[in-house]
Amino acid sequence: MFSSVTRLAAGLVAIAGVASFSAVEPALAQTSIKIGYALSRTGPNAGGAAVTTLPNYEMWVKEVNAAGGLKLGDKRVPIEVVQYDDRSSAEEAAKALDRLITQDKVDFILPPWGTGLNLAVGPILNKAGYPHLASTAVTDRAPELAKRWPNSFWLLGTSAGASNTLVELLVKLRGEGKIGDTVAMVSVADGFGIDLSAAARPALAKANFKLAYDKTYPVGTQDLSPLVNEAKALNPDVFIAFSYPPDTLGITEQARIAGFNPKIFYTGVGTAFPLYKGKFGANTEGVMGIGGWSGDSAAIKDYLARHKAASANGAEPDRWASAVTYASLQMLQQAIERVGKIDRAAVIKDLQTGTFDTVIGKVKLENNLPTKYWWVGQWQGGDFYGVGPASNEGARAPVVPKPAWKAP
Amino acid sequence: MSPTQIAALLAAGLGLVVLALLPYYADAYYLSLAISLLQFTVLATAWGMFSGPTRYVSLATTAFFGVGAYTVAVLGEVLAWPLVLLIATAIGALMAMVVGISTLRLSGLHFVIFTFGLAELVRQLVIWYEVNKTRVLGRYVFVDITQNDIYWQLLALAVAVFAIGWLIARSRLGFALRIIGEDETVAKHCGINVTLAKVTLFAISAVFITLVGAIMAPRWTYIEPSIAFNPTISFQVVIMALLGGAHRLWGPAVGAIPLTLLFEFLSARFPSTSTLIIGIVFLLIVYALPSGVVGLWERVSRRKPEPPAAPQVQT
Repeated sequence: MFSSVTRLAAGLVAIAGVASFSAVEPALAQTSIKIGYALSRTGPNAGGAAVTTLPNYEMWVKEVNAAGGLKLGDKRVPIEVVQYDDRSSAEEAAKALDRLITQDKVDFILPPWGTGLNLAVGPILNKAGYPHLASTAVTDRAPELAKRWPNSFWLLGTSAGASNTLVELLVKLRGEGKIGDTVAMVSVADGFGIDLSAAARPALAKANFKLAYDKTYPVGTQDLSPLVNEAKALNPDVFIAFSYPPDTLGITEQARIAGFNPKIFYTGVGTAFPLYKGKFGANTEGVMGIGGWSGDSAAIKDYLARHKAASANGAEPDRWASAVTYASLQMLQQAIERVGKIDRAAVIKDLQTGTFDTVIGKVKLENNLPTKYWWVGQWQGGDFYGVGPASNEGARAPVVPKPAWKAP
Repeated sequence: MSPTQIAALLAAGLGLVVLALLPYYADAYYLSLAISLLQFTVLATAWGMFSGPTRYVSLATTAFFGVGAYTVAVLGEVLAWPLVLLIATAIGALMAMVVGISTLRLSGLHFVIFTFGLAELVRQLVIWYEVNKTRVLGRYVFVDITQNDIYWQLLALAVAVFAIGWLIARSRLGFALRIIGEDETVAKHCGINVTLAKVTLFAISAVFITLVGAIMAPRWTYIEPSIAFNPTISFQVVIMALLGGAHRLWGPAVGAIPLTLLFEFLSARFPSTSTLIIGIVFLLIVYALPSGVVGLWERVSRRKPEPPAAPQVQT
């Protein structure tokens, strides 16, 4: 009894000792701007972060430092990077950000990759008063989040936006007599697939489309041929797959093998990845998917070239969130330089009200959200162009019906 | 009580006060670290509470943890916070009883594999329900709980887990469990209701784990099955308890604290290779310290042969 109590007490005192230990750091003159980020270098999010987020962060820092740094008043101050691995875990991401803010005392923080992690770090960045430019999060609560956390900017939009734009495009094509009204839809049983299919169902019903096939499949499903074959048997005009990258590749491959070639063939996340083009080459022609960019604009062409030159293996960016991520960095840079000093509240204010010149064009946020997004893209002649919303500047006319699959 | 005992109690009380006041003098980072430390201390102690005496290695930690987090995700915005915690307690206990009654007859390896599967089973059930019934996956937890509140709740839970563990060890239940751990057949012949004892303790342990999940959930704002049912938690807890030594109430905490600090140190200093180093640490612990730091300490300090003390897989 006595010994265990003593040991317990010793243990508690030890915890208290460790927990209350705190480091004292000397103050340094402003010779660099510290920018911190925690990205998923390992775990399930690592693939997305490696394609969309990390190359843009590295490229931006390299470019800014090559120019001498960020312009604060009349001098240039180089960027110093502090980075961590959040191991794709919300808890690790939260801890890493607390560390960046209070230990490393970074001046600005770049957000993690993905919807879940951006939401997990939202309250921390809000409490500490750091601008939060979420460029890889798709959430229907974006308007509400922007109100709750006025320091947060949700640049990729809502899932309802994605589904509604797709249905609008279908309505337009049906009106032009290019497609009929039978739709087959499959969706992955995870956040993305559920949200988008949930938004698409009522939108399709309202537009009087016939949803002949509506199935979900679990994350990580290896054999997608039954889904593709069942959809093919119904001979739909439109095939929609709200899928994740591995299934996007699998479904496309199966459709090609089965010779399933509907007038519109739409797949989800991953369609806009350079990997997709690498795997399917000429067979990508006419495939639609989520995302897209103004591939004809000079700014995007220049961005593509710089991105290829900056990455070690000449990797291309994805044609959806990559350009938005890079644009968010340009916005941050322009806001910091306009403010001219490390004043995070003023930078947030500038982001809320200013106009920014970026690779995706002029951006002016309203209620912390952009006013235009690319939601439907299509592979045309080797690039993934935005086709919807059709009202966007630089929107290409969709190629319908999709050309037949070629033998690889 | 002897003077030493009084001194020990005073020290414990003082330590607790220092800990309770931590949010007032520590910055966000140390608070964050303290939350991690408490989280794993409670999880590992609760795990050791059941797995220590019975020597059943349970990998179901994340199943209960996730159920707690999901309870908050579903009810957090609807009900008052104490009520949410109460419901999480009830769900955790109920689930543990159902699982316990159906599986604690299994021994050793079968139990390990079942509990590992359980987390996946619960996760798939949640996904199935969300996909087909509610049509949302990924829930938002907007409740009015600050980091300080999370810290204090975890601290209270840590005190409770030690107090209850201490009481159990001195009760008939604790004695019965030690006999079961030594030899289940002998225990049966002594007239012990083996199943009842095991299920009771499994449920108590599970309730603590469920509550940790519930208390932690507001920290993440957003919950989806892959976040709530993260299998690494199960393994981390086992390795922490094994490092400390699961046969003593305070053993798992002895493992949880240095390992949490080590993981933190590795993530901060070696961000790109931390996962690899953590794996190597796991291997070292299992091979070099089979009965944990506590077992080693007892061997060294008493210089007598120690029976195999860590929970072992009976085949």
